[in-house]
Amino acid sequence: MRYITPRKAAEGLGSAHEGTQHHWAMTVSAVALTVLTPLFMIVVARAIGLPHEQFLAYFGRPFPALITALFVIVGMVHFIKGTRIMIDDYFQGGTRKAAIIFSVIFGWAVIAAAVYALARMGLGAIVVV
Amino acid sequence: MVQLTLPKNSRMRVGKTWPKPEGAKNVRRFNIYRWDPDAGENPRIDTYFIDLDKCGPMVLDALIKIKNEIDPTLTFRRSCREGICGSCAMNIGGGNHLACIFGIDEVKGKDVNIYPLPHMPVVKDLVPDLTHFYAQHASVQPYLITETPTPDKEWRQSIEDRKKLDGLYECVMCASCSTACPSYWWNGDRYLGPAALLHAYRWIIDSRDEATGERLDALEDPFKLYRCHTIMNCTNTCPKGLNPAKAIASIKHMMVDRIV
Repeated sequence: MRYITPRKAAEGLGSAHEGTQHHWAMTVSAVALTVLTPLFMIVVARAIGLPHEQFLAYFGRPFPALITALFVIVGMVHFIKGTRIMIDDYFQGGTRKAAIIFSVIFGWAVIAAAVYALARMGLGAIVVV
Repeated sequence: MVQLTLPKNSRMRVGKTWPKPEGAKNVRRFNIYRWDPDAGENPRIDTYFIDLDKCGPMVLDALIKIKNEIDPTLTFRRSCREGICGSCAMNIGGGNHLACIFGIDEVKGKDVNIYPLPHMPVVKDLVPDLTHFYAQHASVQPYLITETPTPDKEWRQSIEDRKKLDGLYECVMCASCSTACPSYWWNGDRYLGPAALLHAYRWIIDSRDEATGERLDALEDPFKLYRCHTIMNCTNTCPKGLNPAKAIASIKHMMVDRIV
């Protein structure tokens, strides 16, 4: 039994004075992805079936590389913020904090891997050329 | 982790089936949630049969008939019987409604299944404990806040500004919307819920109120406000036909307008 008033329970720790930036960032990244997703699908469609050397050269070109990089970065930032919403909804306490940490690390690891791969393909293309 | 199953002591069992009224031709079956905190038993579903030819048209009429003529231990809240007081909100046929203005013939299916408002502590039978819900409402300071000295006569308001309050002030605080909201089910301790946020917005956009910024400050929180994911259960279920989801979206727009 906690002897606190209902008003005390309703107020909790008060307002965190944040959340709007997260909400706005989700809106912006969602709008960006409506443009980037079809562009990325076109990029991928044109790469399907290419021999290995041509595939590397294709992603060494600015347009496919930039679209892919933007898609992965914006997509994963959207993913990190989106999973935060789901984690806040369905988890509590220490589990919530651990899940947030995991999703952030996972998201940025995917971004790092994608950027590294694109850089290698791009640099490789330059060396080949 | 969110609760996906009822705790053991909340799981319902089959209860008593009361006899059918003799000679009745137009009978409908009512399955009603019963729980008595003093009995020390799990909740049960009791079954009653109502002669619709000798009963008023609303679900509340049937409940009153049951209490008066069949089982006086059935407990529920009711007062005005015309959708103004918000006392008789309950889950009827899978949706939250005011029993007094929800017709028995509007309940789909063969039986009429009646439960207390979902995901709230139960006081007894169909009476939920709304203490936290009311405290959340009080926390949004649902009254006029001003710094300017009170005018001798009245706070004046244009017709256009007054119209902005339509669709907001009519809320009767029945809790149908908040208890229909999954976000409120999972995080009701911190999320204010549709009803409190609708009331908050009613005062935020009141042209006479001078605490707009402070009100928005108090709401800017990942849990108090941003648990709303526009699921729209609140709007679908509101017995008064109001749109809490739109009010919450308007608060979010105002929040964005402050930073962009």
